[in-house]
Amino acid sequence: MGKKITIEPVTRVEGHGKVTININDKGEVEQSRLHIVEFRGFERFVQGRPYWEAPVLVQRLCGICPVSHHLASAKAIDVIVGAGTGTGLTPAGEKMRRLMHYGQIFQSHSLHFFHLAAPDLLFGYDSDPALRNVIGIAMANKELAVQAVLMRKFGQEIIKATAGKKIHGTGAIPGGINKNLSVAERDSFLKAADPNNADYMVKWAQGALDFFKGYYKKNKDFIDNFSYFPSNHMSLVRKDGALDLYHGVLRAVDADGRKVLHDVDYQDYLKYIREEVKSWSYMKFPYMMSMGKEKGWYRVGPLARLNTADFIPSPIAQKEFEEYKSLTGKVNNRCMHTHWARLIETIHAAEMIRDLLNDSDLQSDNLVTSGTRQARGVGVIEAPRGTLFHEYSVNNNDQITECNMIVSTTNNNEPMNRAVNFVAKAMMNGKKEITEGMMNAVEVAIRAYDPCLSCATHAYGQMPLEITLIDPNGMILDKKAK
Amino acid sequence: MAKKIIATASLSGCFGCHMSFLDIDAKILDLIELVEFNKSPIDDIKKFTKQCDIGLIEGGCCNDENVHNLLDFRKNCKVLVSVGECAIMGGLPALRNMVPLQECLEEAYLNGPTVRDCNENKIIPNDPELPKILNKVYPCHEIVKIDYFLPGCPPTAELIWNALVTLATGAELKLPYESVRFD
Repeated sequence: MGKKITIEPVTRVEGHGKVTININDKGEVEQSRLHIVEFRGFERFVQGRPYWEAPVLVQRLCGICPVSHHLASAKAIDVIVGAGTGTGLTPAGEKMRRLMHYGQIFQSHSLHFFHLAAPDLLFGYDSDPALRNVIGIAMANKELAVQAVLMRKFGQEIIKATAGKKIHGTGAIPGGINKNLSVAERDSFLKAADPNNADYMVKWAQGALDFFKGYYKKNKDFIDNFSYFPSNHMSLVRKDGALDLYHGVLRAVDADGRKVLHDVDYQDYLKYIREEVKSWSYMKFPYMMSMGKEKGWYRVGPLARLNTADFIPSPIAQKEFEEYKSLTGKVNNRCMHTHWARLIETIHAAEMIRDLLNDSDLQSDNLVTSGTRQARGVGVIEAPRGTLFHEYSVNNNDQITECNMIVSTTNNNEPMNRAVNFVAKAMMNGKKEITEGMMNAVEVAIRAYDPCLSCATHAYGQMPLEITLIDPNGMILDKKAK
Repeated sequence: MAKKIIATASLSGCFGCHMSFLDIDAKILDLIELVEFNKSPIDDIKKFTKQCDIGLIEGGCCNDENVHNLLDFRKNCKVLVSVGECAIMGGLPALRNMVPLQECLEEAYLNGPTVRDCNENKIIPNDPELPKILNKVYPCHEIVKIDYFLPGCPPTAELIWNALVTLATGAELKLPYESVRFD
């Protein structure tokens, strides 16, 4: 008799995402699905609002990386007020936003690594779930916990100094920024006693990467082969091919490294990207039109970015990038290497923050620019979790008439579903009993993408799981929770 | 004095309030001394294992699962606190209350620029696995009794910390005038 397995991250009533796995009467996984169960309707209800509200409204999609939505929508609105497509701002305008963004990357990547990845690495994937969280870290290794807290704090303070608030700030406005960085604010980051200064953050970021590399040496087989499958990869890159998380052109490569999207202007993203709708998830499935629904799906995020970029424009991260490339080859399709790529980006973010803080343009009073009013604008940014698209059209009354967003985690929808399927088949095919370890493995595969499903599922390490075995007639055969 | 037991939930919120909670930074190490966590995304406890003293709710209710969860929290927590604008008055998600739900769904799945020329079968997600969306987004106090409200989008880390300390020590929570605000 066949059966259906449901894995619901976070409890049933609170989950924003859940997994169902159908097993046929031979004990083989027939179908697996990651369902996203939340629907908000932002695209419709921002219609009619004045365009300048967009950067403060739409960021409330997500409290974990609000800066990404804040800046992506601000970049789209820049186009509408005639301030150019990402490069037309004043030096202070662009650099304040870059500082805000790299602060965001730094805090989000730190949060993910320490609160999410580190507990698994420190204690093991099958260790006591009660300890496998940030509190467990605090009890086992207080020094590491303090480092986790202070790294995240540093990023949050950078955001506060540039956006006005740590969460849901208001710094970016149409055509620029509403404040510069005072000398006192700058010095609070550059001259603070160790460890709370920018130089020390670079060192700590390197330490986090060393920690991971040490783990990799001992667990090479797992990190290399867990949930390993080929895919396309997409991200922004700077015009010269450098990693650039704030602005660039759209590039995608296939699983062998051939370019399939050739450094195109993202204002034209509708020429290249569509989304498929499936009845069983509120999250759509994006794909590149040139390759079709079946083959055009792609990954975004740290792993994808280090596949599309030719180099990293900061010395310590570049050195790590070269080592990473020499060990992993031209294109990296190994899911768990995302952690590695993320930590290289964390170093890059720390270096960028330090260099920007030393740039006197941040003390300029020339904050805003404008030009010929346009009817439509697209803003794209590399959020911590990957490429984020915002598009707005406005009418003559300055009201939004159309809004479209493809958020980072949506771009990773198909890859996450593939990952679930990969692991479910590898772990559950032909097995009589579904163990906690198997459920855990499915969760680990999803978690590598750092998904913002319900923000809750990824923010604090362990996702609580509930699993139900149901026969084809809907009878519950067994129920397990961990 | 026995440690107070805390539970937290994010309903139809953005998790920003939980993030603001994390912004208490190093005090989180002190907090562990003061309270014990039960059901919360912060740990692995997915069902209430005992009666809790304090429940912190982020987000309003946009689907039937949110309502179930909120009722569960009311049942298991002596004191329930609405944390942030979404829990208090629906917040940004409640902007959809001015638009029929069907229009929101059609915009996202039928009419948006990246779907309108390729959703040939006019699919709008409707699988039985998906929870039922409510006609409106509801603030928590319209579903259950709420004992306290912490304003802000999100409430500052300092406010959340002060509230927890006063509740954990049994004192009455005082809201400074400047903390009563929308953003």
